[in-house]
Amino acid sequence: MSEHYLPGAQVPDARGYFGAYGGRFIPEALVAAVEQVAEEYEKAKNDPAFAAELDILLKDYTGRPSPLTDVHRFSAEAGGARVLLKREDLNHTGSHKINNVLGQALLTRRMGKTRIIAETGAGQHGVATATACALFGFDCTIYMGEVDTQRQALNVARMRMLGAEVVPVTSGSRTLKDAINEAFRDWVANVDSTHYLFGTVAGPHPFPMMVRDFHRVIGVEARQQVLDRTGKLPDAVVACVGGGSNAMGIFHEFIPDAGVRLIGCEAAGEGAETPKHAATLTKGDPGVLHGSRTYVLQDEDGQTIESHSISAGLDYPGVGPEHAWLKDTGRAEYRPVTDAQAMEALRLLSRTEGIIPAIESAHALAGALELGRELGPEATILVSLSGRGDKDMHTAAEYFGLYDAEGTN
Amino acid sequence: MADTKLTTVLAAAKAEGRAALIGYLPAGFPTVDGGIAAVNALIEGGCDVVEVGLPHSDPVLDGAVIQTADDIALRGGVKIKDVLRTVAEVAAAHPAVPVLVMTYWNPVDRYGTARFAADLAAAGGAGCILPDLPVEESEEWRKAAAEHGLDTVFVVAPSSKDHRLAEVTAAGSGFVYAAAVMGVTGTRAAVGNLAEDLVARTRATTALPVCVGLGVSNADQAAEVAAFADGVIVGSAFVQRLLDAEQLADGTAAVRALAGELAEGVRRR
Repeated sequence: MSEHYLPGAQVPDARGYFGAYGGRFIPEALVAAVEQVAEEYEKAKNDPAFAAELDILLKDYTGRPSPLTDVHRFSAEAGGARVLLKREDLNHTGSHKINNVLGQALLTRRMGKTRIIAETGAGQHGVATATACALFGFDCTIYMGEVDTQRQALNVARMRMLGAEVVPVTSGSRTLKDAINEAFRDWVANVDSTHYLFGTVAGPHPFPMMVRDFHRVIGVEARQQVLDRTGKLPDAVVACVGGGSNAMGIFHEFIPDAGVRLIGCEAAGEGAETPKHAATLTKGDPGVLHGSRTYVLQDEDGQTIESHSISAGLDYPGVGPEHAWLKDTGRAEYRPVTDAQAMEALRLLSRTEGIIPAIESAHALAGALELGRELGPEATILVSLSGRGDKDMHTAAEYFGLYDAEGTN
Repeated sequence: MADTKLTTVLAAAKAEGRAALIGYLPAGFPTVDGGIAAVNALIEGGCDVVEVGLPHSDPVLDGAVIQTADDIALRGGVKIKDVLRTVAEVAAAHPAVPVLVMTYWNPVDRYGTARFAADLAAAGGAGCILPDLPVEESEEWRKAAAEHGLDTVFVVAPSSKDHRLAEVTAAGSGFVYAAAVMGVTGTRAAVGNLAEDLVARTRATTALPVCVGLGVSNADQAAEVAAFADGVIVGSAFVQRLLDAEQLADGTAAVRALAGELAEGVRRR
């Protein structure tokens, strides 16, 4: 294993590069704002008062540490391998997204800004952001692709309940990528008052590093919990990857543990061999999207190809640059998981454990089922259960035919 | 720095005691051939320099008007080779007029930096404006551009601090593009006061001409900007003329007429 994975190794470099990936590809109008975020984050990182305030929020508001759950009946379906779920679904607001949002909300206050904008796909980052804005008293505007406002209508209502303005984005593919485009347009026009609370480990430096750092708590807690529970490290850590924030959060602490396999599950939609997927690391090529160099689903002219996934949160044609680096170096593996595999895993966890996962997280569960069957009963697999499935009930009900024949819509 | 077609034309405008007029239209809009006719109309109407846009799937710096045009061009199947053909045909028809390409970075990156510079130069292009390629990430491009005699125009913004302006202008050539309002492309009712300040601060760092883009759409605004800038850049207003026209010929006529009005604006004393 490369010396880069030694404990304490510093990535990214000063220019925000993880190997060949990352950097800062932004218009001049945003340079000052992004530099301000980077500078303020460096100061905050070294300020014990910042860490103390964040710790209190994570404990008393979010409900950390999140539990680690042994899922025995589900494990029986995974080749008998012991499956442990890191329960980010039990965080306040229902997903891991709140970890990063609270960190950046504190940062926003330090920068003296009063308005926050964010993109959202499934609505989990939007809900977490709207929540923090209510808590801190910030104005809040959330950009969400029109397609996603329809398939995640419950989360749109939650955001509005929390006082946020939700703007349906009708350009391009009307999904997450276009919501990010629109949020960047807003930021360019309102940068003096506004912080763009980016929701994943993508975007220009320092966002991939900073968002990862705010989610590191997932892996830090889980690694100790697994050690305490089983007396050893897990054989593999599995997480879903859209932009890749929950995966980076749970992977990061394990990177120096060379014996622990890190496996990211990408959304393969109707199949990675079909045109309808979002398997960026499996099928994409290096390019620049949304401010950083990373893998991108693109054509031979560098135009972004529309992604497809039943999961709004994974429906993204880019991916965080640190994942691109982990892929190229071989430290992490990335596997495609189809809509059908994810939905089957969603049903299975619901029926065997009484836990309804988000469709995003169900991609990781499907990966764990496959991996458990490969590794057998001696293996221990840690899975990031990044969010809960309440928001997905409409999609699941339609998929599985759970509505009564009439009068349910 | 050697004179280029671009610096020569801007110097000639300055010698006439006026600002230059720089017009923008995306290639492939409404069709590839229609786009070529429209860019030619910019020049026939009086633009001194033209920018040919490379339509992109994710135009994060553009407002609704240019997004719509890019969308139409991409749905029509425009490719990089069509953009290069647009440059070649316009440059052949108007040998004295510098033809720049304005593009987001990823298409160039994907096409190949050196290959794009070579093919653009071979098509008769004068240089590139790369609005999402900051100076820090631009070394490879600038090297390729310099090898092929292409100018690289960098963008500055009202939020650029003075030390930053110095870094940016030192890396660029041809002229400096002052994007003088904070926001995406699109026409605006008022010129605003950020522009003049930005031009003054930019001039303090460079001898390059400073041209201003901020949503100018009529001769009065062009005259107002021309009073303090070396060039006036107009894009969305031209695109809107084409969007409004039912027939291509009406659109190109409207583009030609607007270029004429703006050319009069930049010559007012």
